[in-house]
Amino acid sequence: MSRNAKIGLVLFFIYTTFYAVYVGLNAFAPETMAQTPIPNVNLAVIYGFALIFVALLMSLIYGALCYVCGDRQGDQ
Amino acid sequence: MIYEPSWMAVFVFLSFVAATMGLSFYLGGRAKSTQGFFAAHGQIPWFINGIAFAGDYLSAASFLGICGMIAFYGYDGFLYSIGYLAGWIVALFVVAEPMKRLGKFTFADALDSKFQSRGIKLAVGISTLAVSVFYLIPQMVGAGALVQPLLGLSHWQGVALVGTTVIIIVVSAGMVSTTYVQFIKGGLLVFFSLILTVMILNQGLSVKQGGIDGHVFRTVGPVSEEKLGQPAWIESALPSMVMVPLDPSWNDLDFYRTKDVGSGEIITWRIERDTDGQVTLREAQTVSRDLDGKLLINGLPKGTKKGEPELHPVGYISKLADGKTQTGPLNPLTYLQELHGAEIIRWQGQTVKETDGSETTIYYQQPTSGAKLLLPGNHPTFKGIHSNNITDRINFVSLMLALFCGTASLPHILIRYYTVKNEVSARKSTIVGIAAIGFFYVLTLYLGLGAMVSGALDVSDSNMAAPLLAKSLNEGLFAIISAIAFTTVLGTVSGLILASSGAITHDLLTTVCGFKLNDFEQVRIAKFASVIVGALAIVLGIVFEKLNVAYLVGWAFSVAASANLPALVMMLFWKGTTKEGVISAVVVGMTSSLGWILLSADTFKSVYGLDPANALVPFSQPGVVTIPLGFLTLVIVSLMTKNRNIES
Repeated sequence: MSRNAKIGLVLFFIYTTFYAVYVGLNAFAPETMAQTPIPNVNLAVIYGFALIFVALLMSLIYGALCYVCGDRQGDQ
Repeated sequence: MIYEPSWMAVFVFLSFVAATMGLSFYLGGRAKSTQGFFAAHGQIPWFINGIAFAGDYLSAASFLGICGMIAFYGYDGFLYSIGYLAGWIVALFVVAEPMKRLGKFTFADALDSKFQSRGIKLAVGISTLAVSVFYLIPQMVGAGALVQPLLGLSHWQGVALVGTTVIIIVVSAGMVSTTYVQFIKGGLLVFFSLILTVMILNQGLSVKQGGIDGHVFRTVGPVSEEKLGQPAWIESALPSMVMVPLDPSWNDLDFYRTKDVGSGEIITWRIERDTDGQVTLREAQTVSRDLDGKLLINGLPKGTKKGEPELHPVGYISKLADGKTQTGPLNPLTYLQELHGAEIIRWQGQTVKETDGSETTIYYQQPTSGAKLLLPGNHPTFKGIHSNNITDRINFVSLMLALFCGTASLPHILIRYYTVKNEVSARKSTIVGIAAIGFFYVLTLYLGLGAMVSGALDVSDSNMAAPLLAKSLNEGLFAIISAIAFTTVLGTVSGLILASSGAITHDLLTTVCGFKLNDFEQVRIAKFASVIVGALAIVLGIVFEKLNVAYLVGWAFSVAASANLPALVMMLFWKGTTKEGVISAVVVGMTSSLGWILLSADTFKSVYGLDPANALVPFSQPGVVTIPLGFLTLVIVSLMTKNRNIES
C-alpha cells in the first residue's frame, strides 16, 4: 500500500468516527443535540458545521501531507 | 400560487444555453477520439475539474430539494447536506488516486483493471446504467416542474427543452464541453448562493402576520368549542360568514369551515385545543380537485391572473425573542441565535378524500419554535428518531450510511477522475470540489432558513423555495436564480448521459459483446448512445412527472453504495479479491438494494398507493443491510473461488 493510501486511510477512519458519533447521537440520543454550548446555538447546528469544516480541513491536511511525503520528491 | 413567466429569466436562461452551445461547438474539435470524448484527453486543469465536480454533483436535489426541505422542515434538510458532503471524504481518502491510476474511461475500467473480465464489465456496466437512470429521472422531472411556473411552458416542453440541450452539449464535444458547462454552472451556483445569503443576513429577521402578498392570516379565539356551532357567535366573531357542515370524511379531523356570504369563498380553520378546554381557530388554505378535474382554491375556481383566487404565499416569523419586531442586519451566528428564540409559522399539508370521490388538500398553520426547527426530526423521514421504535432509528442510520457511501460510488462522479492528467491532479481537484461543495452546503442552511421566513413560500411546492426566496429579495436575482436552477439540471444530466454512453459503448458493446470498433467508430457509437439515453431520459421525465423526485435520488445513492462501493474498496485493499467476488458483490448489492426498496413502506405508499403497514421489509432505507451484504458476498465468493484463480 502506498504512503498516500496509508495517510488517506488514517484520516478516513478519524473522519468516519466523527461522522458516526454524529449519526449515533441523532439516532439514539437526539435530546443531546438540543444542548446549547453557545448561547442559542444548539449542538446539532455546531456539529453539522463542524462536520463540513473538518472535512475541508482534513482534505487540506491530506493534500499537504501527500505533498510533503511524495509529490515534492516527484516534482524534484 | 399563480406564476407569471419571467421574461428576464427566459432571457438569462437562453443566454446561458447559447453560451454553452457556442462553447460546445467551439470545443467540438477536441473530442474526436475516445480519449477526447470520454476523458477530455486527461488535460482538464485540476482547479477547473474541482469546480466541475461541484457542478456535476450539486444537482437539482441539492439546490432546490435541500433548500425546500429546510424551508419547510428546518434542520432535516441540512442532514442531507452533511451526508452528501461527508461522502466526499470517502472519495478523497479512498477512491480518488486509485481511480485515476487504474481507470481509463468508465467506472468499470477501474474495477476490471486487475482481472480483464467480461463478467465484471457486464455487471458494472449494468449497475452504471441503473444508477445513472435513477439519477436522471429526478433531474428531468425537476426540469419540467421548474419550467411550468418560471417560463410558462408545460411539463413535457420543459423536459424536452432541457433534454435536447443536454444531448447537443454531450454530442458536440463529450467530456470537454460537459466539463466546461459543469464548471460554469458550479461557479455560478456557489457565487449567487453567496449573494443571496449576504442579502438574507443583511435583511435580518422581522415579525409578520402573513406572506409578501399582504394577506393577513386570521386567528380567532380562544373560545369555548360549543360556541363554534352557535349562529350568534359566528355573527359576532366571523361577520358575513356562515358555518359549512363538514363532509363525513372530515369528522375525525380538527377543522372548522365557514363560507363568506359575499364572495362564496370557503374558509377552513384549524382547531387548536388549549389545555383549559378552549379552542383557537387559525385560518388555513385548501386546494380541491372536483370530479370534473377543476382546481378549486378555498372553494373557488383557481385564477389565472393576479388578484384571482390563488394560494397565498406563506412562511413568516410570528414572534421574536424579547418582544422585538425586527432585528436589523445580522451575522451568520446571530442569525441562527435570533431564529433559535423566534416562533415561526410553518405550514403542514393534509389530504382528505371526500365522500363524493373528490380530493381536498388542507394547508394549515403550525406555530413552531425556532429551537425545534433547528433540531432534526421534523420531516416525516426523520420523525422516527424521536419515537421508541428501534427500526425508525435504524432507518435513519441507514439513510445517513447510504449518503456517506453513495457519493464515491456514483459513476458520473467517478469518471471525472479521468479528465485530469495524474493522481496529484485528481487529489487536488477533489480538495477544490470539497471546498466548493462544503461552502455551498453551509449556504444552503441560510438559504433554506431565509426562505422559511421570507413570506414567499408556495405551500404546495417546496422545490420552489429557493427561486421564490430570490424573488422576495430582488426580481433580477429571481431571473438569475431561476436560470441557474435550469443550468443545475443541464450540468448534472450531461454528466449522467456521458457516464451512461460510456457504459454502453465502452463496457457493454466493445468489451462484453466483442464488437471491434476503431477510435472513430467508438466515438460515433458513443454519440449515438448519448442521443438514445437522452431521449430515454426525456421520455422517463415525462412519464414519471408525478413521482416524488427526492425519493428517486435516494434510490440512486442506495443502489450505488450497495453495488459499487464494496467491490471498489475490496479490490483496492484486499489482495484476496477475485473476479467472481467482484461480480457477485456488484450483482448482489444492486439486486438486494433494489429489491429492498421495492418492498419497502416508502414504495408501498408513494409508488403502489398501498398501505405501508403491509411492506415486506422492516424499514425503507436498505443501506445498513445491503452495503455490508455486498462486502460479505465479495469475501465469501472470493474465498470460495480463490483456489480456482490460483490454478488458472
